[in-house]
Amino acid sequence: MTDIQYLAPHTLDEAVGAFAAAAGTARILAGGTDLLVQMRAGMVRPGLIVDIKKIAEMTSIEETADGGFVVGAAVSGAVLAEHPRFGKVWPGVLESINLIGSTQVQGRASAGGNLCNGSPAGDSVPAMMAADAIVTVQGPNGRRQMPVEAVPAGPGRINLAPAEILVSFTLPPRPPGSSDAYLRMIPRTEMDIAVVGCGVSLTLTNGVCTAARVGLGAVAPTVLLVEAAAKALIGSKLDTAAVDAAAAACSAACRPIDDKRGTIVYRTKVAGVLLKRTVGIAADRAGRA
Amino acid sequence: MAKLHVSTTINGEPTEFLCEANDSMLDVLRGPLGLTGSKEGCGSGDCGACSIMLDDRLVCSCLMLAAEAEDSDITTIEGMAVGEKLHPLQQKFLELAALQCGICTPGVLVASKALLERNLNPTETEVRYWLAGNLCRCTGYDKIVRAVLDTAAEMREAAQ
Repeated sequence: MTDIQYLAPHTLDEAVGAFAAAAGTARILAGGTDLLVQMRAGMVRPGLIVDIKKIAEMTSIEETADGGFVVGAAVSGAVLAEHPRFGKVWPGVLESINLIGSTQVQGRASAGGNLCNGSPAGDSVPAMMAADAIVTVQGPNGRRQMPVEAVPAGPGRINLAPAEILVSFTLPPRPPGSSDAYLRMIPRTEMDIAVVGCGVSLTLTNGVCTAARVGLGAVAPTVLLVEAAAKALIGSKLDTAAVDAAAAACSAACRPIDDKRGTIVYRTKVAGVLLKRTVGIAADRAGRA
Repeated sequence: MAKLHVSTTINGEPTEFLCEANDSMLDVLRGPLGLTGSKEGCGSGDCGACSIMLDDRLVCSCLMLAAEAEDSDITTIEGMAVGEKLHPLQQKFLELAALQCGICTPGVLVASKALLERNLNPTETEVRYWLAGNLCRCTGYDKIVRAVLDTAAEMREAAQ
């Protein structure tokens, strides 16, 4: 049972090397709030655990010269919340991460872990998609970047190649009049998994929506980027007709399951409702008159 | 497989222990280290009974590998009283009977102390959200929340 190894390398090259050498039996440990639960439940039995938190790039938050952000994959929700600028520029991304679990879980859980866990209901994923985040991954063949929406492959599965490790999220600079928001539907106020989650990022110029992106969680095998909803918003003044059309596009994009958290009918309806509310919050934050 | 050797600091004391790679911090606290104040309720990060401070950050010790403790600074419920002198939160929980069976109490106290170190003037709502990850089946939470708010008020007064 205990022929299991633990490594906490200080460089990404070491981490990738060990991850590759373990040939599929290794698991990456960031905050561990999913991994330790899965290990305890016997869902995963890793031969090697690679703790990435001693790698500086994994736990750093950098505001770039152009006003964008690079957030290390293992940055915890609590640390991100204490950054003096991040939550002002990306309030929706921050609230999506901070909704995950309790205060205790926030001390450890990361957006990188949330994405790589592959849950269709991961809270930070729709907000990251709405934010147009790019992820940097490193593997045996070097580094590459991909849009965050290219990462999820299905429940519990992601499109990283063998021995690739998620390194960071890059969020673009924000034009004036931009903001974002994330809402999730749960039947209580805290400590639950999304029945539906909706992330919206938008830019307003003289009251007209000039850019928008919409991410939708827990309504399909993967978190969805709903381009049709964004299209309905762009060019409008976010009037009722435009927002109704975007809500309809969200409901049309849903391919949910029936489970104990919600039915297909309920999730499909709530997706549209949440879109409207989330657009309202993002627009107010963006300075809608 | 040889066990891992870990050097860390627990409640201010330099501490060394041996562990398996998949032992949780809670396993080692309650087992070889004999610090049984931290409780195992769920083992999955839902109940908060195993709450500890890891480098000044509130975490569930059941969701942390013991191996991760290397070079870190850990405080458990055993580090809360100074000798025989209880922390004001501990004293207030006794006065207001903010516990019954006591299983959740160490975790609630560690989490509440972490809150008051950040915010000595929390609202009731802030207390309730901060403690949302600490489950209690006895008190209905009201006595806990009142004890935390009363302690905060007394500590503010004492600080003046």
